[in-house]
Amino acid sequence: MKKSFKLVGLDCANCAAKIETAVQKITGVQTATVSFMTTKMTIEAEREDMPAIVEQAKAVVKKLEPDVEMVKA
Amino acid sequence: MIDTERIWVIDMNANQKRLLRIVVGAAVFIVALFIPFSNDIVRLAVFLLAFAVVGIDVIWKAVRNLFQGHLFDENFLMSIATIGAFVIGEYPEGVAVMLFYQIGELFQSYAVDKSRRSIADLMDIRPDYAQVLRDGELIKVEPDEVEIGETIVVTAGERIPLDAEVIEGASTLDTAALTGESCPKEVQPGDVLLSGCINLTGKLTARVTKEFGESTVNTILDLVENASSRKAKSENFITKFARYYTPAVVILAAALAVIPPLVTGGSFSEWVYRALTFLVVSCPCALVISIPLSFFGGLGGASRSGVLIKGSNYLETLAKAEIVVFDKTGTLTKGVFAVQDVRPNGITSDELIELAAYAESYSNHPISLSLKEAYGKKIDQQRISSAEEIAGHGVIAMVDGRKIIAGNPKMMERFSISAADNSHQSGTVVYVAEDGVYRGSIVIADQIKADAAEAIAKLRRAHVKQIVMLTGDAKAIGEQVAKKLSLDQVYTELLPADKVEKVEELFKQKSAKGKLLFVGDGINDAPVLAMADLGVAMGALGSDAAIEAADIVLMTDEPSKLYTAIQISKKTRRIVRQNIVFALAVKLFVLLFSAVGLVSMWAAVFADVGVSVLAVLNAVRLIWRKK
Repeated sequence: MKKSFKLVGLDCANCAAKIETAVQKITGVQTATVSFMTTKMTIEAEREDMPAIVEQAKAVVKKLEPDVEMVKA
Repeated sequence: MIDTERIWVIDMNANQKRLLRIVVGAAVFIVALFIPFSNDIVRLAVFLLAFAVVGIDVIWKAVRNLFQGHLFDENFLMSIATIGAFVIGEYPEGVAVMLFYQIGELFQSYAVDKSRRSIADLMDIRPDYAQVLRDGELIKVEPDEVEIGETIVVTAGERIPLDAEVIEGASTLDTAALTGESCPKEVQPGDVLLSGCINLTGKLTARVTKEFGESTVNTILDLVENASSRKAKSENFITKFARYYTPAVVILAAALAVIPPLVTGGSFSEWVYRALTFLVVSCPCALVISIPLSFFGGLGGASRSGVLIKGSNYLETLAKAEIVVFDKTGTLTKGVFAVQDVRPNGITSDELIELAAYAESYSNHPISLSLKEAYGKKIDQQRISSAEEIAGHGVIAMVDGRKIIAGNPKMMERFSISAADNSHQSGTVVYVAEDGVYRGSIVIADQIKADAAEAIAKLRRAHVKQIVMLTGDAKAIGEQVAKKLSLDQVYTELLPADKVEKVEELFKQKSAKGKLLFVGDGINDAPVLAMADLGVAMGALGSDAAIEAADIVLMTDEPSKLYTAIQISKKTRRIVRQNIVFALAVKLFVLLFSAVGLVSMWAAVFADVGVSVLAVLNAVRLIWRKK
């Protein structure tokens, strides 16, 4: 399944790339993209893995960019 | 629904604060440059003050990120470079580098913000409310609260909130938001209303046919929003490149600071200065920001012209179109039958059409419908006393007491009427006789779209090597259309499965890098749309199946829009390439020349920020592209 999130406060393109790379590395993530221009993050993973992945992704975002908040789209 | 304002737009306050700091810091800096300090401590203090005003947020972020373990964070590297400059006694350099860096950041932030806004405006087709009739009362609700079958009212000037069918009222619609065309469209009871259009003149009452989520406006918005998530190859290349670039430059800088002085015994401060210059250009910012910005702009520009491209990857590959395969009916031709040629014999053309229209007036066959359409006047049933259809041949009707025979050559033979042979004509030929006398023939055919020939000519100019048409129609018809449009190849009398086979054959003819496009109307050709490198659905407004199956959707039914899309794609690619080459060239130049001590930190930061600004401006050209 695919899930989309907004990265509120994302204002640097390099950070978007860093977040994308880091989220892709989370176990269970099939694909992950961050669009800097629309501030949208899309994660694709198995349904049962999703809740855990979302939690980890939130932590990753917080760690990389403390000013960016990941919210449900 | 998402609060778009909050998400699309960067907090302007942050930028204002940054601007204020830049202005105040710059003022202190300039004053400091002109004061002939006698005391070095005072001089350091003044420059440090300017530095702190300008760069405190960068330093703060650097410290914070360092504790998180991000060694190659650009804030950290910028802090090292500037603080390093202070340490080796180059105070003005330290402040200047931070100042320019901040100006560059401010500019980028502003440009991105502007672009997001202008795309958001472009996509500002989301209806705010729907007026729905409930229990005899008209109430305003959110569009997504309206259910299928409910009755909505749209007054003049309002945006149509959901896809619906007109029950009452007539009006004209502005469809520009969906199609990019400003020509208004007339609607009356029974017609379909597509959400996103603006009702221009009359009040319309309509029955909702789709929920908001499924409605045209929402489908389009979703599509455009998600398009930038499908990244182009060059975007992925830049992301990858950025991952290696920064560490590589930092390691080189460290080596440069330590190794040469140890080997040659030169002064440390000289080499440290060169190393710090490396750090100044260690951020791949110009690239990581301008490339996605370019694609975003291209996608936005395309959708403004009525072309929806479902991903940056498709936008990127569209320029490589080498073989374009068109379906015939509904793509190059209108898919509507109409009288194309009238060849009367002893009477006028109008009289011939009148005879044929009356003779065929009882039939609902597309042929007779187009005859009636060509006649244009109302059929007076009183004039017809009898009508009889002979299957596979034609009709005999008594009109005004005269026996009219209309049909194919077999019909004429049957009644021993010698008719002129018009069978070489493409399309269907109706022969007409009145009381046993041959009166002429009428050719009815599918019409080629007005802009089809122009579209083909333009595609050739865009370096498309082969233009092919596939059709299920008869050989004569297909070949005539192909000849008129001067297509390279035409394959006729194809069943849907044959089309797949033909496209497979065509795949073998293209070069390794070229792409094969299939353009269809989205009906019955989903397999081929999916198979082609790029599937283009046309006239897809309101057809979910077509939007679903295609990679690119032309909102109007004009094939020439494909050329527009290819142009946008080429322009985007050009700008992306310019930015990559330009940014890399400048960085490389700075790195090489600072290694040998020919570039000062001033020049390096100036070049680096300059590249970012120019790259962003270059990308922004796509967004502010004229129609």
